[in-house]
Amino acid sequence: MPKLEVRDLCVRYQTASGIVEALSNVNLTINDREFVVAIGASGCGKTTLLSVIAGFLTPSEGEVRLDGKPVTGPGADRGVVFQRHALMPWLNVLDNVAFGLKMRGLSRQARYAIAREKLALVGLADFESKMIYELSGGMQQRVGIARALASDPEVLLMDEPLGALDALTREQVQELILDVWHRTGKMVFFITHSVEEAIFLATRLIVMTPRPGKIEKVYELDFCHRYIATRDARAVKSSPDFIRMREEVLGEIQRREALSTV
Amino acid sequence: MTHVTELETEASRPLTPVAPRANGRVRTSRYRVLGEGSTLTLSILSIACMLGLWWLATNMGWIRPLFLPKPQAIWSAFQQAVAGDLDNHTLWVHFFWSMYRVFSAFALAVVIGIPVGIAMGVSRIARGIFDPPIEFYRPLPPLAYLPLMIIWFGIGEQSKIMLLFLAIFAPVALSARAGVRSVSQEQIQAALSMGASQAQVIRHVVLPAALPEILVGLRIGMGVGWTTLVAAEMVAADAGLGKMVYNASNFLRTDVVILGIVAIGFMAYVFEMVMRFLERLLVPWKGKV
Repeated sequence: MPKLEVRDLCVRYQTASGIVEALSNVNLTINDREFVVAIGASGCGKTTLLSVIAGFLTPSEGEVRLDGKPVTGPGADRGVVFQRHALMPWLNVLDNVAFGLKMRGLSRQARYAIAREKLALVGLADFESKMIYELSGGMQQRVGIARALASDPEVLLMDEPLGALDALTREQVQELILDVWHRTGKMVFFITHSVEEAIFLATRLIVMTPRPGKIEKVYELDFCHRYIATRDARAVKSSPDFIRMREEVLGEIQRREALSTV
Repeated sequence: MTHVTELETEASRPLTPVAPRANGRVRTSRYRVLGEGSTLTLSILSIACMLGLWWLATNMGWIRPLFLPKPQAIWSAFQQAVAGDLDNHTLWVHFFWSMYRVFSAFALAVVIGIPVGIAMGVSRIARGIFDPPIEFYRPLPPLAYLPLMIIWFGIGEQSKIMLLFLAIFAPVALSARAGVRSVSQEQIQAALSMGASQAQVIRHVVLPAALPEILVGLRIGMGVGWTTLVAAEMVAADAGLGKMVYNASNFLRTDVVILGIVAIGFMAYVFEMVMRFLERLLVPWKGKV
């Protein structure tokens, strides 16, 4: 069973004003089919944590292991969806999704077949020959998700993928992400600023606090399963226990904020 | 998921065409942009005015032909040149040799300059090695190092092409280097996390992302190339537009000088138009992301 383990992770940055501890003793295990969401004020190290898992950043101390193998750099076993879509504007939608497969030497036919399947998964089957700049922000982000899925990674790392979308599109793509997660059964590590989004998506929510960045509190949640069972996002989001949980998490974050500003 | 698809389909539906009115015209609205609109009429008018003034000033005898010959004189010089009556070559032979030299140098600058520039952008070592020599020679006037070219490469084609190559190389390499910076960190990280190697990142991400700036660099480089043409053909050239201009200036044939200037300018203009066309063809995303 695939498993992602983060062990005793410390990340320190050298800055002009001295050494800053971005992450301090972070331990986290993501099991198969889990959807882990990280939330917290800016500077709490959530993007740093994602970068270390992705292999973009080498930790100062500690290690990340995927299926027991230590992570030493970026690799196709960890798909990343970025805040700004980071697609290649010189390629059309289909070639963007097939990019990683091309790099790995798959034949044109094989990679297009996989890319078309992933585009259908995110509802963009009819848009394969469009250029990236012809798409709306929500569609671009969905291409980004299809692209990350095309390499068939074990874990999807999503760094505020919905941050730049308008509220309406954002809710649609949230539901789409849950559908994709449910169908593909990937592990997901997802970063957001929105408490509601975090509670809706997560099977496990980790609240992080800054200076130094660490995991402060963990909630086990099941609202995403309720959505998948009922397919009614409004009902889930307006249920009393969803609202109660939202208030609790908001209160937790605000209390930490108040403490840190004193 | 179904309703997601529905909503997006709605947004991407083609616009309904508006039925034309009885008089065949439909009023539309648009936002105004600073400096917008076609300039074709004004440009033609501007050229016509300059030619008219030239014709008037020379035919009325306001300016002596030595300083500015009549437009008709340029035309007859053109006919003489085409017939080969000016010297032992026709205008086309001059033209061919100049094009051969400029485009050989240009091809060399493309083949060497773009990889060197990309290497400077992505590698500390390449930047450390190439930056000082390029930045040192770049501002030097080609006439200053022309004697060196001749001493090193002789008086044949090699020294001429080398001089032009050096002029074109620097802007091409520097633009490719600058173009590397237009790759976003996320694009590189995305490629790496899809399993791309460093070499693949350079070939499939850095190079296409730098292409818009490389094309601008080629235009600038070629511009410098044309300005260096006369210097390159000054010494020991048998034929060439630059040689033709240089010889004519020695004999005070102002009409032939102007003819040569017009020929070089015309060729540079055509090249520029071709490059702009290529730009629209190769980098349609420019300015849209």
